[in-house]
Amino acid sequence: MAEKLATDAKGGLDLPRGVEPVFFDSGIEVKPVYTAADANGGNGAGEERPGEYPFTRGIHAEMYRRRPWTMRQYTGFGNAQATNERFHYLIETGNTGLNVAFDLPSQCGLDSDDPAAEGEVGRVGMAVDSLRDFEIAFDGVDLNAITVSLTINGAAAIMIAMYLAMAEKRGYDIAALRGTAQNDILKEMVGRGTWVFPVEPSVRLVGDTIEYCARHAPNYSPVSVCGYHIRESGCDPAEEMAYAFEIAKAYIDETLKRGLAIDDFAGRLSFNFNVFGKLFEEVAKFRAGRRMWAKILKEQYGAKNPKTMWMRMIAGGGGFGLTIDQPENNIMRGAYYALSAVLSGAQTIALCCYDEAYTIPSPKAQQISIRTMQLLIEELGLCDTADPLGGSYFVEALTDEMEEKITAAMRRVQDEGGIVAGVASGRIQDRVSQQAYEHHRRVESGAARKVGVNCYRVEEEKPDVAFHPERQEDVDMQMASLKQVRAERSRDAVDRALKRLHADAASGANTMPAIMEAVKAYATVGEMTKVLADVYGRFEEPVTI
Amino acid sequence: MTGQTTDQATDRPIRVLISKPGLDGHDVGAKVVARALKDAGMDVVYTGLRKTPEDIARRAKDEGVDVIGMSILSGSHLPLARRLKDLWDEYDLGTRLWLVGGNVPEKDHEALADIGVDAVFNSRSRLDDIVRYIEENVARWPRN
Repeated sequence: MAEKLATDAKGGLDLPRGVEPVFFDSGIEVKPVYTAADANGGNGAGEERPGEYPFTRGIHAEMYRRRPWTMRQYTGFGNAQATNERFHYLIETGNTGLNVAFDLPSQCGLDSDDPAAEGEVGRVGMAVDSLRDFEIAFDGVDLNAITVSLTINGAAAIMIAMYLAMAEKRGYDIAALRGTAQNDILKEMVGRGTWVFPVEPSVRLVGDTIEYCARHAPNYSPVSVCGYHIRESGCDPAEEMAYAFEIAKAYIDETLKRGLAIDDFAGRLSFNFNVFGKLFEEVAKFRAGRRMWAKILKEQYGAKNPKTMWMRMIAGGGGFGLTIDQPENNIMRGAYYALSAVLSGAQTIALCCYDEAYTIPSPKAQQISIRTMQLLIEELGLCDTADPLGGSYFVEALTDEMEEKITAAMRRVQDEGGIVAGVASGRIQDRVSQQAYEHHRRVESGAARKVGVNCYRVEEEKPDVAFHPERQEDVDMQMASLKQVRAERSRDAVDRALKRLHADAASGANTMPAIMEAVKAYATVGEMTKVLADVYGRFEEPVTI
Repeated sequence: MTGQTTDQATDRPIRVLISKPGLDGHDVGAKVVARALKDAGMDVVYTGLRKTPEDIARRAKDEGVDVIGMSILSGSHLPLARRLKDLWDEYDLGTRLWLVGGNVPEKDHEALADIGVDAVFNSRSRLDDIVRYIEENVARWPRN
């Protein structure tokens, strides 16, 4: 970790007297000025153009000229009805995609009336017990015009099935339906924590969803691999990308066992990355990442279709960067994070709202985040030219250096036994949490500057914060709705589907067809999860502190 | 036993249980605090995620900790604290110091104090202040 202690570190550069060494979080020492000699002998990305392999400069030739990035603010609370109202508000405000927050019982595979769910129903997201909730949540939303992302992991197979079943019921052609599920269980075991099953069956379940979608819903993105939450948990930007790539490779390897070819499915895998901290380090991270992912897919996996090689991503968030001190400063932070993401060529952006450091965002805060992105599109001219920083001595040199850092971090994971073993043993969690601790100490000591926290403080100030109002009637409504669903459905159909699910899980068959049948019979999240847990067992978290 | 609860009263390190009750998966803060307390020389037991109040009460008793820390960022701090309080006597938790950490709104601090929580910390709390608070207020358990 010594390389991260920038203020104490002796840099390797020969700096003029009085000029202190500067390090980025990834450990790269930054020069006061860059010249042609630093950037590939003045060649930068060379003759490479956006939209051309290896896509350093972006996956599309004209980027935002054809279409601005998708604005996909994260929301969900209370029940499906309350969330549906907020969905419509966000769409009217200009959101061009939805990003669904589920409550913790739904994320952990529990029904709302499970004793373990007490006090948690509808609190950090929307409560979902059955297909009925999806029908209500997306009522009035045009699923062709608005793509929907489900932030769900431990219970992802079930929620993907619910989304597909809901769309099918409303007459959409599943073969053409677009959308995304987070469905990245390995990162969930490192940070975020809504795992359900042990590591190996969890990875198999991810494979089930990828295979099923490749065969039946080929335009649906069944996985969004998240460096994001590992960065939130403490790792640096180069490691964020390295972990994401190693995790994505684990899902690819699992899916290849199913007899699919790489070009049949890997193009629908997408990524979710964090943006906060040093702007140019972030831009270089994404440019290096795109180039590396393209090469991995082409050279290691033999992909032929350029689309398979695309590192498509949602970027933004930046939750770790936000502070509860002087929360209005988070509005400016969000604007700079959005700028970083746009300069990096993100396909989709979601911003954490200024009040999100402590609560579910208010409608006003959501509006400010959406307006922040609209300003970049409408007033600042950010859509006019692809990869506007391409050719900068600094950015090109930094892109090369980030590629080296990411490569080294990937090699370390491989040398230590691979990502799956690293997560199962808790080694990666331990490393990341030590980094979070060291970072926290650096913020406390003032070595890592944080405006409003360790500099430019306003003493005596009590942050003026408004909290999201909890509505007990939403919870009561959810309980009543669940009761009604159980009363109205065919018990025989549910039992039949759950029996099939048990048999398929036990035999190692793809579980998605049985989950689809159970979902359509209005089996509940808790019922399906219990069947799977009976076969798979439950994850036992390696506790490494 | 008054006068025997200071740091000098016994050689053994202060024992702390850091727990994650409920379904909340935000564990960065809990682990940061656990590492800080370890660095300060305390014995720290971290439960991992998703423990019930029963799990926490039992663990606190079995491990003979002096301090019980609960980290909650889901907003469910009041019901979870009430449930641990209901188990307090059954598990003979006595004078153990009880801390809650997370993103508890100021308006709920008094309610937590009424339930029996000794102190509430959040992301703005300095790690050294948490260490000092424990050192100054801990009553060693079991009493002997």
